[in-house]
Amino acid sequence: MTITKNQNGSHLDMALEGRLDTATAPQLEAELKQSMDGVTELALDFAGLEYLSSAGLRVLLSAQKVMNRQGSMVIKNVNETIMEIFEVTGFADILTIA
Amino acid sequence: MNTTDPNEMTVEATLDNIPTVTAFVDERLEALNCPVKAQMQIDVAIDELFSNIARYAYDPSGPATVRVDVDQDPLAVRVTFIDHGKPYDPLAKADPDVTLSAEERQIGGLGIFMVKKTMDDVRYEYKDGQNILTVEKRL
Repeated sequence: MTITKNQNGSHLDMALEGRLDTATAPQLEAELKQSMDGVTELALDFAGLEYLSSAGLRVLLSAQKVMNRQGSMVIKNVNETIMEIFEVTGFADILTIA
Repeated sequence: MNTTDPNEMTVEATLDNIPTVTAFVDERLEALNCPVKAQMQIDVAIDELFSNIARYAYDPSGPATVRVDVDQDPLAVRVTFIDHGKPYDPLAKADPDVTLSAEERQIGGLGIFMVKKTMDDVRYEYKDGQNILTVEKRL
């Protein structure tokens, strides 16, 4: 997975490319941990993301919890396969999907 | 890898081997012109099921076999995961509550739940000292 970060003050954009699964979820977790301090608006761009597994859901859930306390988080450009995963797992109600 | 059947692969059940197993199955799916969405759902199922085996079946580690079978009419693919570790039926677990808020949410059980929702059939049996888990997806 490739992660492209773009930080502008308290705005952080992260574009993910590839697969968010057991192998790559720790990479996203580490990137978020490193960059989330002081961020009030976090946007994750899923345009290049093929799919995610529960390992990815775990990282998104903990990011959402942090952002619930310090600002907001939005996920953009979610493909059909990923949207279905968000829907069946109830994550569609927890996350903000633009 | 130590097998002569081209549709079967046996590897050490480790998290590091998930990409190897995924590539093996994908190669067979691509030969069937499997729709992209079904392939991604199967790849997610591999990530969930093989990571379960890697984490829980053995202490410290052991082999897992993955086999791909194809039914022609109607066209369907079956992926079977076999290990001879601790008997464990992932389907016996209750489904997670998917209506809880972010603060109350737990991730345990979500993976197998996703597999049940995206595959057409998921079966488990314990036979001859082996955990045998089969997922089927109609194409």
